[in-house]
Amino acid sequence: MAMETESQKAFHVDVGNLLAFNPFHSFPSLPASRDELVKECLHEGTKLVQAVADSLFNLPSSEDVDGPLVKLPPPTTKLPREKHLPKPKPPTKWEEFAKKKGIQKRKKDKVVWDEQTGTWKRRFGYDRVNDDKDIPIIEAKMTDGVDPFAKRQDEKKKRVEKQEKNRLQNLKQAAKIGALPSHVQLAATALPITGTQAPPKKVTKDELGNVAGMAATSTASGGKFDRKLPGEKPAKKQGKHRKFLPVVEGSGIGSREKEQTESVLNKLISKHSHEILNVGKAVTMYNVKKEKKARNKRNQEGKFSSATNKLKPKKLLQKKTGKKGPVSSKKGKAK
Amino acid sequence: MHLYTLQTLRFCSSAIMMRIKTPKNGRVRRELEKRAPKLVETGKKTLILQGTKTSGTLNGVLSEIYHLKKGGAVRFTRKNDNIRPFESGGETSLEFFSLKTDCSLFVYGSHSKKRPNNLVIGRMYDHHVYDLVEVGVENFKSIESFNYDKKMAPRVGSKPFIAFVGEGFENVDELKHLKEVLLDLLRGEVVENINLAGVDRAYVCTAISSNKVYLTHCALRLKKSGTVVPRMELVEVGPSMDLVVRRHRLPNEGLRKEAMRTAKDQPKKKIKNVSSDAIEGTIGKIYIPDQKVGDVALPNKAKGVKRERREAKKKEANERASKKQKEESE
Repeated sequence: MAMETESQKAFHVDVGNLLAFNPFHSFPSLPASRDELVKECLHEGTKLVQAVADSLFNLPSSEDVDGPLVKLPPPTTKLPREKHLPKPKPPTKWEEFAKKKGIQKRKKDKVVWDEQTGTWKRRFGYDRVNDDKDIPIIEAKMTDGVDPFAKRQDEKKKRVEKQEKNRLQNLKQAAKIGALPSHVQLAATALPITGTQAPPKKVTKDELGNVAGMAATSTASGGKFDRKLPGEKPAKKQGKHRKFLPVVEGSGIGSREKEQTESVLNKLISKHSHEILNVGKAVTMYNVKKEKKARNKRNQEGKFSSATNKLKPKKLLQKKTGKKGPVSSKKGKAK
Repeated sequence: MHLYTLQTLRFCSSAIMMRIKTPKNGRVRRELEKRAPKLVETGKKTLILQGTKTSGTLNGVLSEIYHLKKGGAVRFTRKNDNIRPFESGGETSLEFFSLKTDCSLFVYGSHSKKRPNNLVIGRMYDHHVYDLVEVGVENFKSIESFNYDKKMAPRVGSKPFIAFVGEGFENVDELKHLKEVLLDLLRGEVVENINLAGVDRAYVCTAISSNKVYLTHCALRLKKSGTVVPRMELVEVGPSMDLVVRRHRLPNEGLRKEAMRTAKDQPKKKIKNVSSDAIEGTIGKIYIPDQKVGDVALPNKAKGVKRERREAKKKEANERASKKQKEESE
């Protein structure tokens, strides 16, 4: 129970934390009973607390409603942080450019003078200055036939898209060094695009379930003997897809069944068979026949027979010019 | 950091499409800003949870710690059997909870034959386990078992005095670590100004032996003394327990260095329109727009308006009277 009396009263006092530490006390022998231990601890504790209070109450205080208010000094014991130090935001591409060029930020007014109406209007928002819908007339150039209003809208859309892209790039750059602002999160929307440039179309669960059934109709048996995967549900329309006409006649359109049978019959019997005769072909056949007849007649009149001409090819060459003369004259005479 | 997915753009065809998510709600935005890393940190929140098996005393200990830290603590009551703080894989659940509740201190209680009434007090850095101390609780006395004058019970959320007694806290490694962790746990918020009338509690930790610490919570009684400084009197009110240090894990040196880093004090933001003068002290400028005296609308009940009305009425009456006279005369 004999306690060391500390010769130096050097407690380590940290007023900022209201902390006091006595590094010199020790129990050479543990007190017999718990009560005594407790008493001893409280006694030491009181001394320490008194030491802190000494420094605390001697600090300059200011009077407040509830009581004297004291400004605490910063704590001296260093404790680890709970989160990392915030990194400063990296300058955006525009900020870098502005710094390089020496462009200063100008404070913008909320209201701007509108020349058109002669009033002060908002810079953006409800009733704003350069609104696209307030332009009544745009002078058209003679060169192109493009809608200028639509063109303005397209340009604006492009500008907005470009701005969004730039903003995303700036945020990505900030996220790379770990300085993303606290309220912003970057979320991936789609997987990387490989191969073709088109992003993969999202297929719904129901569509995926129907795909196997749709593929099955390409087989002759309609997918009846295809090996099924575990858990695959039977196709919605099993077997080959056949369409049967309605039993009862539809009104207004006319009987489809009647049309069907009629067309079949016509093909077979060819009663009103305009389609069967190829008029053009018949005309050319007739003309060719006529010309042949006429040629044969002329040959018989002019020479012995067309056969001698055929047997003597040389003479044919010589007589070619000769033949031309009377034929042409004959032609003229004939009609 | 692991909340945000990112892929650097190498070439256009293999870019991950990203979109920017911002909160549409003001409340969500404010909550996110509260949880963001700050230059100067405010109080740490504590997460109190338990493992597969707990004993009666341990339940008492956990609930009393929760009471002591009412403002900045979160209490989980379900049992979590996949949390093993000292094993490499058993911390993921803890880190997840820490992330979701934004707590960087945790107190995990469990009871087993090998380690009865076990309490693991740990800290997190960036929601990853920073360091751990495992203590066993013995001789626990709850708040109810103390008899004291209820009037001087300490109020919730008051800043406590903390006293460490014993050379063990200086010499023994484990006790040194325990001291730091206890300080972090019991400290509360770091404040600049404190109301001297509001100090009413003190924690006393005495190193009884090289691995045992006696922790108790006392109320303060300020007694009149001759000087400005009152005489302090400690009365045991709260829970008292013996903590036996079992295991501990110190942080990695690199992690410790990073966590202890503080930013150099930035120059305070200049308050606009305030200047200080040697003679007059602090001067503030207030800009008032020009008053348009003529355009100000007078209220209906103004005396002047009433008088105008009265006079106008009188005039009318006179005119009518004069008209009548004229008619009569005619």
